[in-house]
Amino acid sequence: MTTLDPTKIRREFPALDQTVNGKPLVYLDNAATSQKPKAVLGALEEYYRRDNANVHRGIHELSRRATIAFEDARAKVARWINAPEADELVWTRGTTEAINLIATAWGLDNVGEGDEILISTMEHHSNIIPWQLLARRTGAKLRYIEIDDQGRLVLDELPSLLSSRTKVLAVAHVSNALGTVNPIKEIAAAAHEVGALVVIDGAQGAVHTKVDVQDLGVDCYAFSGHKMCGPTGIGALWARKDLLESMSPYQGGGEMIHFVGRDESTWAKVPHKFEAGTPNIAGAIGMGAAVDFLTGVGMDAIAAHGRELLAYAIEQVGSIKGIRIYGPESLDEHSAVVSFTLGDAHPHDISTILDAEGIAVRAGHHCAQLVMKHFGVAATARASFYLYNTKDEVDRLVEGLDIVRGIFG
Amino acid sequence: METPPLSSLYQQLILEHYRNPRNKAELEEKTVEIHMANPVCGDEIRLQLRIEGDHIAAAKFIGQGCSISQASISMMTAKIQGASLSDADALADLFTALMHGDAEAAKDKSLGDLRALQGVSKFPVRIKCALIGFDALQEALKKHASEKAH
Repeated sequence: MTTLDPTKIRREFPALDQTVNGKPLVYLDNAATSQKPKAVLGALEEYYRRDNANVHRGIHELSRRATIAFEDARAKVARWINAPEADELVWTRGTTEAINLIATAWGLDNVGEGDEILISTMEHHSNIIPWQLLARRTGAKLRYIEIDDQGRLVLDELPSLLSSRTKVLAVAHVSNALGTVNPIKEIAAAAHEVGALVVIDGAQGAVHTKVDVQDLGVDCYAFSGHKMCGPTGIGALWARKDLLESMSPYQGGGEMIHFVGRDESTWAKVPHKFEAGTPNIAGAIGMGAAVDFLTGVGMDAIAAHGRELLAYAIEQVGSIKGIRIYGPESLDEHSAVVSFTLGDAHPHDISTILDAEGIAVRAGHHCAQLVMKHFGVAATARASFYLYNTKDEVDRLVEGLDIVRGIFG
Repeated sequence: METPPLSSLYQQLILEHYRNPRNKAELEEKTVEIHMANPVCGDEIRLQLRIEGDHIAAAKFIGQGCSISQASISMMTAKIQGASLSDADALADLFTALMHGDAEAAKDKSLGDLRALQGVSKFPVRIKCALIGFDALQEALKKHASEKAH
């Protein structure tokens, strides 16, 4: 297996090369958003400088080039998650819109009173609220898979939660707040036995490891470009083609129609049926460039690097007096995210003190208030790693946490 | 922008109030209560006042948050016990001015212990933390006034 040299990779990321508060930046907020490599920045600039035109409309040369680049990007991203067909990939603004799309366009036609929607308390708010809204609109009941004291789904309860009333099961591939990696294949198989639709929030999943939607055996996979070196404002919903074809449109507008009449219209083919209005063309091209970049580095090497950093961080951070780390103890079930608290120092104070040392971490509830409630904390601090982070940066984090202890100890 | 030294933020008095907050308890016979939360960070407080006539007979709070928010509301509740409604409102205005870098407010000795929070004004992302209690106070005074008007 190829290994990865983070020192070399760092040169590709201009934003990493700066000082913050007089110290070299240590960027450990990757679960919120990743930095962008030159290849992605270049792809955006190239599109705007040379090919800028609307897609699928103009007969002219620039429109032709923009359309080719846009659809090439779709094919790349679809291939990257091993989707059977490029046309099964719908561009969205990100994971949130992708989940809202399925919860609305599929949900309103297929979920009714007395039906059940199964999610988990581990979810990011973007995989809770769209289902709460659907439940409220349809009279369906929202049920939860609970998490255990290591922040893992309590799957022993799954058989009793699933029944013929369960119309959809929606869970995260990887928890943003805890780093828990869920056994999606097993969960999807159980849900399919009762005929439920399986929707995966892949915002943190399609980042560190190779995702294969066919192998996972899921129906829908939602993910974002900006967490995997791509631009903000672009993401995708992958769903089985027959499912997309059976669904009503999500938003109405240009691009998504076939013929328009006074009272009735017909829809464009999938995936365009779900892409009303001028899409984020540059974003899609940028996400395609991000996939090329990650593929060039190698997803296996990125996964191995993440595991190595996680093991080192848990060992080093975990040995600080007063630290409590949340999430699975087994590193096989834990993504490159360390969620922690330190004594009675509030995570915000931790983050301010680390920021003064040039270290960026996230502090707060991570849009996962049900997780925080489970652990009886209001917030945690979270350090999340990516392909360009180094062990030296973990050491800097530990030094920063020593300063926190000095102030609050 | 360079962050000023942390010592200007984490003064002993602030940490002391964080560890031993004053008036952090449920208030019996409250006349007004305001729930205030900062959804960005999860800070959440309930400010409870017992207003008698034109003054605050008692002020307590419950909730949780960072050292800045907790110290600020602790100091504030200590300061407004027995204060007239107009003095409490003026205190909130003065402290808000201090957080927005008002040089005159910084010299005002009537702020007492609250002056220890002056350093927060140099940390823009933390100003909201220091103001959560005072925002709740002004909401409470408004709520009281509008209930009285009815």
